[in-house]
Amino acid sequence: MIFPKFSKTDRRTFLKSSGHLLLGFNLIPLAFCSTKGNGLNETISERIHGDTNLVDSWIRLDAEGQVTVLTGKTELGQGIRTALIQMAAEELDVDIENVSIINADTGQTPNERYTAGSASIESSGSSIRKAAASARYYLVKMAAEKWNVEPENLKTEKGNILSQNGKNKTTYWELLEGKYIEEKLLDKAPTKKPSEHRYVGQSILRDDLIGLVKGESHFVHDLRLPEMVHARVLRPSSYSAKLKGIDKEKVLALPGILKLIVDGNFVAVIAKREHEAVKAWQYLKENTKWESEKLRPKRGQLFDNMTNNAEAPEKVEEYKGIAEVIDSSAQKHEAKYYRPYHMHASTGPSCAVAEWKAGKLTVWSPTQGVYPLRATLSDFLDLAEENIRCIGVPGSGCYGHNGADDVSADAAFIAKAYPDKPFRVQWMREDEHAWEPYGSAMILKLKAGLDASGKITGWDCGIWSDTHSTRPGGKAGHFIAARHLEKPFDFEAGGFSGGSYRNSLPLYDIPAKNILLYNFKGPLRTSALRGLGAYGNIFALESFIDELATLAGEDPIAFRLKHLEDARAKAVLEMLAEKTQWGKNNKAANTGLGVAFAQYKNSASYFAILAEVLIDPSEKSYRIKKLTGVIDSGQCINPDGLKNQTEGGMIQSASWTLMEEVTYLDDGITSLDWASYPIMRFKECPEVEVHVINRPELAPMGAGEAAQGPTAAAIANAVFNATGSRLRELPLRAEKIEWGKVDSKA
Amino acid sequence: MSEKIQINLNGKIHSLEANPDEPLLYVLREDFQLNGLKYGCGMQQCGSCMVLADGEATPTCVLPVSYFEGKKIETIEGLHNGEKLHPVQETFIEEQAAQCGYCLNGMMMASVALLREIADPSDSEIRDALEPVICRCGTHSRFIKAVKQASLKIQNH
Repeated sequence: MIFPKFSKTDRRTFLKSSGHLLLGFNLIPLAFCSTKGNGLNETISERIHGDTNLVDSWIRLDAEGQVTVLTGKTELGQGIRTALIQMAAEELDVDIENVSIINADTGQTPNERYTAGSASIESSGSSIRKAAASARYYLVKMAAEKWNVEPENLKTEKGNILSQNGKNKTTYWELLEGKYIEEKLLDKAPTKKPSEHRYVGQSILRDDLIGLVKGESHFVHDLRLPEMVHARVLRPSSYSAKLKGIDKEKVLALPGILKLIVDGNFVAVIAKREHEAVKAWQYLKENTKWESEKLRPKRGQLFDNMTNNAEAPEKVEEYKGIAEVIDSSAQKHEAKYYRPYHMHASTGPSCAVAEWKAGKLTVWSPTQGVYPLRATLSDFLDLAEENIRCIGVPGSGCYGHNGADDVSADAAFIAKAYPDKPFRVQWMREDEHAWEPYGSAMILKLKAGLDASGKITGWDCGIWSDTHSTRPGGKAGHFIAARHLEKPFDFEAGGFSGGSYRNSLPLYDIPAKNILLYNFKGPLRTSALRGLGAYGNIFALESFIDELATLAGEDPIAFRLKHLEDARAKAVLEMLAEKTQWGKNNKAANTGLGVAFAQYKNSASYFAILAEVLIDPSEKSYRIKKLTGVIDSGQCINPDGLKNQTEGGMIQSASWTLMEEVTYLDDGITSLDWASYPIMRFKECPEVEVHVINRPELAPMGAGEAAQGPTAAAIANAVFNATGSRLRELPLRAEKIEWGKVDSKA
Repeated sequence: MSEKIQINLNGKIHSLEANPDEPLLYVLREDFQLNGLKYGCGMQQCGSCMVLADGEATPTCVLPVSYFEGKKIETIEGLHNGEKLHPVQETFIEEQAAQCGYCLNGMMMASVALLREIADPSDSEIRDALEPVICRCGTHSRFIKAVKQASLKIQNH
């Protein structure tokens, strides 16, 4: 059998999940589980999870001394597998080598909606931790009853239960004797003290890297099912394009073509070999005729159009009389900031594998939410949810809602039209660039007053933005494919999301704060991109704080500290000052330093950053030399994993901030590849340094998106520091700097 | 359209029936079931599909399989010898130089090519060598560190 070609660990995971070895906290009767069979579905047989209040939904012990953790969250390259295994091994008190994990599969794992918002450790981690602690509690209780002793007199160690006097000893597995135990998660189950932690707080290496460096199968792109064929989808020439002419016979005559699907404006081709599908796609691309309306507003008029055509504002935070507070202040200041559309721009174009057999559909998908995907596919294909299984398999890094769900919908629709044979469909590069939903363009208008002592008196903020979330949640109109059919599903936006005003409320101590959100339906498709509105909001907020510090004639770190009460917020800034020797007169010539800070969502990780830019006035250019960050995510599960995520966030944000902007013309998107949408490569990439403030006694907090906003503002502030030019329109390209001003300064 | 083609892949000569115009990427993934190299752009812009051709890091998404006839092709799967990893593989693990990992093939093949040419590359030589490979997760600084560490390992060996 060719499939599944996963690394050893994963193969073991799949075998174990086949059921026949599963013992212990197991709800499903043995008869339900297939013990043999050589097809894929038998190998990883469906084994529906129970209620999320049951231990069995999260942790399973098998007869061989292995532990399987189940999570509804997907591995996106953020290292969540390893972090969750660490938490489970810790509280169950077993060797980490004996623990493996199954991610996101509607056939097996709990419904945890989306892997988003930096919430996996907070939500899934806390459930798994509780399940592991509960499992240990029940096992100890069982042993206590068996030996007729008090549970308090027993201890656990690496999967063993021992009595204090050393008289009795058993392993968890001997104790279970293959019995099923159905127990609920227990709030009172004792968890370990941080001082007892063996795995939590350690930089455990990611288990998936060993396979990755050897080029072993890892991604959905790498799945090979027996007799699998290949599909490609031809997208219309732009959002509104209608099919006007297609030469079906010519396409069908191309080598290897098995089927051409044309339904309204949805066109897909299936071929024996992958390259044959690609060739057919190329032929279709060059020879198919479309007719579309012009994309409006034109790019040059986007921001004017936004302010003119937005809906009536939504009150995010209200302070009646904010205008008087600011107008009567000793000093006042006002500024407007702009963010363009940005794209996820995943390295690997979206891919899915699907198979339709006997009225049942299986989709192997890189989605961030297998359950919402299943619900939406059910609507799309008019197929009951119990006949659909969505299995999450890692895709290329997505950083939010990219093409992953849409390619899964493509796969599902093609599967229905081409049943009985598994196939793999991957998007072409230009389709990934043109059809993914972007991070929305935004305008942020800020106004504030300062009193005579340089304290901020009032804060007035206006936000203009399109939605930051159009993830599929049950309505097929959220899929591109569904909108393109002969009988199309309409896209119902479902209201604008809270993502637009994320982090618009300053954490700073300001007596009067007023925030209005103007929702706007823009020309381009938008959805969740890492941090949602927080990126634009923090860029504006933290640039503006810097402007206010300048106005007050104060040091930007001191100015922030004097407006902060939260001790943890202060601590990240203070450590940043210490680590970068802030204020020690160490600034070299042609260098600019800029600081920024935010607590992500005002409820997750605290992050402070210093950007150091180097300018070259003769070349009228600049580059980021170094980014230094300090992060406090509460209890740190895996310090190196946290650093890796944060470094990545800083570099990705630097790329957005310096060079990225989705462009379009009347006929459609013009950012179609890495030349027309350049991102940061090695030559421009700054040195990065991350310091972690670990607080083992506190709860862990989401971290994956903490760096996006502050990095942007720190760069803008550093550019101002070096050149005297205040750049308020992203991307912060060197040509926007008033270089004349720099010369006069020098 | 198929022709008999011979390729020298990871030290072994293979004969196969293939369309000589088909890019090597698809041949290696489909006929040899190799998974390391990936489709990323199909335009030689991103490096996801790199192999070494006579030691040179070469994208395979456009160049046809016929171009590689007579050349020594090495892929990521050929770097290790059983459980014995190549120093670049070791240091990519040690430095945890990956996030999603989609670009790893290109990063590692470009690194191997560099280190064979320059045993002790400077920071800017490393950056130049990895420049053709796109990473969207922002793992650049770790890739640079991993190459430096691999260079030390190779030199001290």
